[in-house]
Order: sequence, then structure tokens, then C-alpha cells
Amino acid sequence: MADRKRAKAIPDVPVSFGTQLKKLEQIVRALEDEDLDLDKAIELFQEGITGLKSARALLEEAELTVRSVVEAADGSIKGRDVD
Amino acid sequence: MGGELDLFEGSGTRPEDGAWTIAAVTRRSRQLIEAGFKRLWVRGEVANFKSYRSGHWYFTLRDATAQVRCVMWRDDARRVSPGPEEGLEVFVEVRPTVWEERGEFRLHVKRMIPTTTGGVWELQLQRAKEALLKDGLLDPMRKRPLPVYPTRIGVVTSPDGAAFRDVLSVIRRRWPIAEVYLAPTRVQGEGVEVEIVAALDLANRIPGVDVIIVGRGGGSREDLWAFNTEFVARAVAACTVPTVSGVGHETDVTLTDLVADLRAATPSAAAEAVVPDVGSATGSVGELAQRLARSLTRRADLGRERLERTGDRLSSGIQNQVQRHQSRVTVLAGKLDALSPLKVLSRGFAVPRADGKVLRSVRNFAAGVSFTLTVADGDVEAVSRASEDTM
Repeated sequence: MADRKRAKAIPDVPVSFGTQLKKLEQIVRALEDEDLDLDKAIELFQEGITGLKSARALLEEAELTVRSVVEAADGSIKGRDVD
Repeated sequence: MGGELDLFEGSGTRPEDGAWTIAAVTRRSRQLIEAGFKRLWVRGEVANFKSYRSGHWYFTLRDATAQVRCVMWRDDARRVSPGPEEGLEVFVEVRPTVWEERGEFRLHVKRMIPTTTGGVWELQLQRAKEALLKDGLLDPMRKRPLPVYPTRIGVVTSPDGAAFRDVLSVIRRRWPIAEVYLAPTRVQGEGVEVEIVAALDLANRIPGVDVIIVGRGGGSREDLWAFNTEFVARAVAACTVPTVSGVGHETDVTLTDLVADLRAATPSAAAEAVVPDVGSATGSVGELAQRLARSLTRRADLGRERLERTGDRLSSGIQNQVQRHQSRVTVLAGKLDALSPLKVLSRGFAVPRADGKVLRSVRNFAAGVSFTLTVADGDVEAVSRASEDTM
């Protein structure tokens, strides 16, 4: 537990829900509007299903992350988990 | 403007002795004084206050060593209520002038703020506001839209305050996908502006931060003061991502609020404004799922339709082919018929043959040779009697 309290480098931003939703939206629109050949359509559809699953998982399994930031001596920003 | 007074020349001098008229000297004095001063903020104590039926106020402002007559016209006075009591210390925004008819130096008062109701603060606030206004930082056009689905949210407040707890509880309930990054700072006390500005700068530099909430819970005017300073307001304006302020209660509006991209009434309201609701996001995903499913059904229908169309075209193509061949056969049969040797026989010709060979020359017809003669309606067995060479 003590380890959680240590200030660590701030991780990359996870793929945002907004980005996921936008990508799904594009897939659905392509399937709705474009005259795709069947292989491409099926490929897109599968991609859409995967996207839907991960977006749903994101919403269902989310647990708020709270970190307190400090500026390290070298000027970088570090974060420490807050309960 | 403000040129030197010429004691002997001027439009106001009397022609007979060159002396100035009273009217000219008072007018010139007024012009010089009005040109020489901008608007000023003056602090003093109110004395000899008199409010006339016309609505104009006349009074004296004084301090330990001097005093000056003041007038506040009805339209300006109306904005201050009630009128100041004798001895009240006030800040006044004034324009110095001369009342020509009486040759009296006095101050035209445009605004009055009693020091007892936080006049010092009010004065500083007005100054800061004017400076921000001048730099365009209060322009509504500056305000940026907030991200719809924020991932990383910076929060600038005290780690121990109710404000932070409120913000966390709202975000945890509505949008737990988020990551909250607290840039901790004190929010009241001596020199706290510097800390808040540093925390804002820190929050602004958090990699990937989408939006910043800055604020604190309710408190006295003095407690909230840091958020009314030009220093903090400018730091909020300098943030490269959208900012949402939530300072104090509904009724408190600070300079920070005016500069932020969105002003929320409280820290909780700021959090509500920043994050969407997980329920509505689930709804959006569900809607997309339905559209995805429909798009595939539609595509399958389209495919079936296309297949049927292709089948139709195929069978009609084959029919055409067959017809073309049939007509060709008919033509060929006609030609064949025309060329048939039977047709020639019917015109009276006959074909002699022996041992399956056609006898084409007299040499084939030695005396006594048997042969078959084919005529139009059958064969005749024949024997050659003699042959003679033709020519």
C-alpha cells in the first residue's frame, strides 16, 4: 500500500470514451451510407462490435482514479494516488 | 492642453486695460484642471452631506490636513443607497473641476464605495476588472466549449476542503471513467494568490489534461478574496484548456468566475458541468449498437435483392443466346437445302456410280460395265453397251 502513495510519472491518457464513441459513429455511418462491398462491410461490422464491447466495458467497469500532482525537482509532474 | 498661463494675453482680457475678466479666469482654470487630471480614486471622510430635492448630493470630503467640496449628480447618486452618513470613510471615483460661477474648486463624484462595506476590496476589484477588460479577458467570445467526454480532469483547490470532496463525489457518481488530478493549494490566507497561481500552472501542465476546475467552498468575502485578484484571474485566463470556476455559493461572483470559460455557482455545480452522466453515455452506446445491427440487416437485404436481380439477368441472357443460335441454324439449313444434289437431280440430271464411285468419264464406261444410275426418285441398274470417245 505504501507503494501506491509514492509519486509516480503520470501515465499516458487512456483512449478516451469520446474517441471510442466517435470511431463507432464513423463505422456505423459508413455501413449506413456507403456502398461497400460485402467483405469490407463485414469487416467493419466486426470492428464495430469490438468497439461497442470495449465502450460498454469502459462504462461498466470504470472506477474513479484520483491523484494529487506535484512538481518534481527536474520540473516533471508526478502523481500520487489519493484514497 | 495644459499649456502655460499667459498672464498678459488671452481672449478673456479686457480691451481697455488688458486685465482678465473673472469669467475668463474661472473658465480657463476649469479647462486646465479638467485637462490636467484623469479620473481618480480618492479616499476621504464625508462631511456636511446634503441631499437636495433635485436628487443631487453636495458634501465635503476631508482628511486630517485638507478638504474639498464635492458634488454627485442625481444619476450617479441614485446608484448609491442609502446616502453616506456624516463621518463615513469612502472611496470615490472623481473628476476634479472648477465651478465657474463660484470660482470654486471641487470634485465631480461618479462612484462612491463606503470602506465599511469592503471599500478597499471593491476598489481593488474595480481596478482589476478594468485591467482585465482592457486586455479583452472578459470578452465572452473568448469562452471555449468544454469537452463532452473528459478523461483527465485537473482540479485546483485545497485537498482538505469540502469543495474537493464535493467535486469527487459528483464525478464518482456521474463519470467514474474520469481521472481526477488534484493540484493542491491553500485557498485562503496571507499570500495565497501565489499558491493558487502556481497550482493553476501545474494543473495546466498535466499531460493530457482536458479541463480544469478551480474553486473553493463558501466563506466570507475575505476568505474568497484570492479569487478576486487580478493575479489569479490572469492565471485562469492563461490556461490552455477550458476552465470552470466554482467559488463559494450561488451569490458569490468573483473575478475568476468572469474569466473562466464557464462559471458554476458552486464547486459541485462545476463538477456537474464538466462531466456527462454515465447513464446518458450508455444510452448513446446503445443507440449506436442498434444502428450497427440495422445497418447489417439492411446490407443483407440489399445483397439478396442484388442476387435476385443477377439471376434474372442471367436467365434472360441465356434465352437470347438460344434464340440467336436457332435462327442461325435455320439460315444454314436453307443454304444446305439449296446446295443438295437431290435438287439438281430433280431438274433431270442423273448420277452414274459403280463401286461407290461416280463415273465421270467415257473411259469408265467400257462395254459391258455395270453401274447404278441415280435419278431424282431412285436408282436404276444399267449396263454400258459401248462407249466412244467424245471428241
